[in-house]
Amino acid sequence: MAPADQLSRVFSALADPTRRHMVARLTMADATVNELAEPYDVSVQAVSKHLRVLEEAGLVSRRREAQRRPVHLEVEAFDLMTTWIERYRRQAEERYKRLDALLADLPDGTEGEAK
Amino acid sequence: MNEAQVIVDDKVPVVRIIREFDAPVAKVFRAHVEPELFAKWNWPDGYSVRFDQYDCRTGGAYRIAMSGPEMQGSVHGSFHDVITNELIVQTFAPDGVADFVVLEKHRFEDLGDGRTRLTAQSLVESFEHRDSFIDAGLLEGYARLDQLLEEL
Repeated sequence: MAPADQLSRVFSALADPTRRHMVARLTMADATVNELAEPYDVSVQAVSKHLRVLEEAGLVSRRREAQRRPVHLEVEAFDLMTTWIERYRRQAEERYKRLDALLADLPDGTEGEAK
Repeated sequence: MNEAQVIVDDKVPVVRIIREFDAPVAKVFRAHVEPELFAKWNWPDGYSVRFDQYDCRTGGAYRIAMSGPEMQGSVHGSFHDVITNELIVQTFAPDGVADFVVLEKHRFEDLGDGRTRLTAQSLVESFEHRDSFIDAGLLEGYARLDQLLEEL
């Protein structure tokens, strides 16, 4: 998957509050579908559907070999998102550093003076 | 610390940049409104920028052509609301790409003691657009706009 596509999936997967809550739960430890469904007033099927969205976004994985098939959080996917936002932030910061320098040199005066 | 903060909204396809300046609000506002000043900071070194139009007032419009190491092209938009030292609401669109427009709001806040907080918000029409917008690094001074155009 192209990085841009994966980032889009990550963002839309995390747009849902239930899925964000599940992700928060998984940062502590792997969990089974039943364990993940426990705190919610929803069916295991509904939780499985949420998990599928997270799985397609590459945010979680499920170990095939294990009997309980616990859900595991894929930390790298979050790194990708963090990296991209950080780069965007850095670009903005470079721009505003130039603005800082300009503002420092700008003489005080009334608006519209610097024509 | 005045470092820029980026906030990616999870409910609407919006990205917000919040940045504070050690300068009074009138100066920060002028640096956005006056083309001579705006040209000096919005693009990285090595870019030549030509303002074919830059009429930053309510109902005004702009068209800017630029060329530099990584891209050349032009962009245009309208200024919908300009309130001195408070707010600029404008659109942003690359020339030659039909049906792509970003709604931008620049909010200027007087923090007292000659300090200012700027909140620059960009709204696009889908999360996919927003994410490619982030990727394109339009705030780098449109340096990677060409790549965005390829992806659209």
